[in-house]
Amino acid sequence: MLILKILYRNAFRNRLRTGLTILGITVAILAFGLLRTLVDAWYAGVEASSAIRLVTRNSISLAFPLPVAYGDKIRQIPGVKIVSWGNWFGGIYIEEKNFFPNFAVEPRSYLALYPEFVLPEDQRTAFYRDRKGFAAGRKIVEKFGWKLGDTVTLKGTIYPGEWEFVLRGIYRGKDDGVDETQFFFHWDYLNEAVKETVPPLADQVGFYLIGVRSADQAATVALAIDALFKNSLAETLTETERAFNLGFVAMTEAIVTAIQIVSLLVIVIIMAVVANTMAMTTRERIGEYAILKTLGFGRTQIASLIFGESLVITALGCLAGIALTYPAVAIVHHELANYFPVFRVERQTLCLDLAAALVVAAFAAIIPTRRAVRIRIAEGLRRMG
Amino acid sequence: MAIPFSYSLRNLLRRRVTTTLTAMGMALVVFVFASVLMLAEGLQQTLVETGSYDNVIVVRKGSTSEVVSGVEREKAAVVETQPEIAGGPRGGKFAARELVVLIALPKRATGQPSNVTIRGIGGDSLALRPQVRVVEGRTPRPGSREVMVGLSIAKRFKGTGINEKLCCGMQEWTIVGIFDAGNTGFNSEIWGDSEQLMQAFRRPAYSLVIFKLRDASEFEAVRARIDGDPRLSLEAKRESAYYAEQSRVMAKFLRILGLSLTSIFSAGAVIGAMITMYSAVANRTGEIGTLRALGFQRRNILAAFLLEALLLGSFGGVAGLFFASFMQLITVSTMNFQTLAELAFRFTLSPAIVVESMGFALGMGFVGGVLPARRAAGMNIVESLRAD
Repeated sequence: MLILKILYRNAFRNRLRTGLTILGITVAILAFGLLRTLVDAWYAGVEASSAIRLVTRNSISLAFPLPVAYGDKIRQIPGVKIVSWGNWFGGIYIEEKNFFPNFAVEPRSYLALYPEFVLPEDQRTAFYRDRKGFAAGRKIVEKFGWKLGDTVTLKGTIYPGEWEFVLRGIYRGKDDGVDETQFFFHWDYLNEAVKETVPPLADQVGFYLIGVRSADQAATVALAIDALFKNSLAETLTETERAFNLGFVAMTEAIVTAIQIVSLLVIVIIMAVVANTMAMTTRERIGEYAILKTLGFGRTQIASLIFGESLVITALGCLAGIALTYPAVAIVHHELANYFPVFRVERQTLCLDLAAALVVAAFAAIIPTRRAVRIRIAEGLRRMG
Repeated sequence: MAIPFSYSLRNLLRRRVTTTLTAMGMALVVFVFASVLMLAEGLQQTLVETGSYDNVIVVRKGSTSEVVSGVEREKAAVVETQPEIAGGPRGGKFAARELVVLIALPKRATGQPSNVTIRGIGGDSLALRPQVRVVEGRTPRPGSREVMVGLSIAKRFKGTGINEKLCCGMQEWTIVGIFDAGNTGFNSEIWGDSEQLMQAFRRPAYSLVIFKLRDASEFEAVRARIDGDPRLSLEAKRESAYYAEQSRVMAKFLRILGLSLTSIFSAGAVIGAMITMYSAVANRTGEIGTLRALGFQRRNILAAFLLEALLLGSFGGVAGLFFASFMQLITVSTMNFQTLAELAFRFTLSPAIVVESMGFALGMGFVGGVLPARRAAGMNIVESLRAD
């Protein structure tokens, strides 16, 4: 207990300097935590994906469609439980910055495939019955202030024209890892309209979503689907939902890597600040260390005094930083809700925060400790003047 | 009389470890600040240089990128009758009908597939883009299953060397050339014959029509006519404006990310500077008293310490920019959110970024130095002399 008291008193001998250093560490840990959370948000879609869902798309690229007739053939493959399909609609609500993902899907199978989208029973039936109806996540409904029964108009980018939809259901996520910003409506509504206006786009499906009976069948079913359509006009590529989402993340890998590098840089910056503080502190106290040595204290004891002080300072800063991370994440999430539907602090981030603080404390103390330990007693005493 | 400049400079040089550590912290912040701005600048420059001011592209109304657009043959023919179109090098109108589709190709480095733009060219496509130069091989022959690839694609994607074959749309495409389009988006594309590609991908419509204006100022007239024609439901955009638009979301994202990061980081570095300057003031209490006793005014002391902090900031700024300038050697290749296609661009250092970064570094020095300098200036002569 005594040693803790000494460390604490030592650390706060120069209140201003220590206060500033702690503030610096707080900011750095805060930045580090935010960046880690940002990287996690990038992978949120991957984390939320289920092992029993497969995605089938045209093997050329996502921009090419598949015939709607493939659905029946896929359903006959052993191991397939549910087949749903949809198209990326890409509509714009009023202006481009109001972005949210919007799809045309086959509603019954889609909701069966995604049990994590929770809809009240009456809204679910209302959505099924109304061909012009749509369901949307709680977050965008709140953001735009829509109410059940409201008509919402999207401007088509892929499918020309103004499209009217009626809000019939508001879904919530089963847990906070679920994307609550999706907008989906009846695929039939899209298809019937497109038959009139742009016939070449009719009866075309952007992707099939397939639910398999169990996770260990996923690989065989995927192979079976691709084999079925090999050498046809539209060859398919089937992946697990996880691999599909990872593919998307991989395309923006350069940015994720940059963020990760930057999050390490912030630790280096703060290491420089703490090392500077410790260097100044030991320079001022060199005479005291000489006295301690005269009294018979060994190198390890002096070293542990300095390391301990460094640790006290960084630990205080780290705790404050962690405490501030939560409100900061809430603010950033509010600002970037368009880009990242899921944004939350993982436990792993907290562990990394603590580890970073420990590393900073240790490295910052190395140079000052060496100097304090090496000083000869007579020389140190002379410096006291 | 002012305290000489060398006093501030020498003070910094005297305490090397502390000065270096503090300047290093600032240099890192400036480095990150400059790098992010360079990245956004590079992205924008690449896309701005891709389009020409007097080229006009016509896409389906409401489409956000070429990939989702569609222009049927008869509509394309109507567009090409506009009187404002310049005369082309082959006689006739200076225009081209193009197809743009995405295909997935594996990257060399990771083997992961990424989306690549294939552009079906025809008519005067090449003459409309004078930036495109063939550096190896030749251009594909019209009406054949031949393609040429951009330099960035040839470097980054598997199986894109000369005489290799690309397989897509149940056809094989022989690569007969590699082209360099300088610092533009075309460098991340693959070009082939539009009619052949349309058959292979079973596309009944072109993606866009592009033409050159005989006079750049006639754009408004032709835009009004095309946008207003109810038969077409197409819209005309200047090529330069179209590409500038494509960089908007991504550049904005990079800027927001960069600025919020650096504003947090800079707090750390400012605190570092403040610690250093406070201790500089504390260590020199006696000296300050002497200076005051010699007749230097409070404002001279304030200026000397502020100058010291600004010098510290400028060390950090210069060092940060020095390392950031090496980033220009790096080319980033990533997916553009707006087109979902791969785009390669370089970190680009512009004079504006140099000025902004130095200003930022000096700002950090100033904010870190102002409180300690005020403390130094506010000291009582007698008490500070006694402290020595």
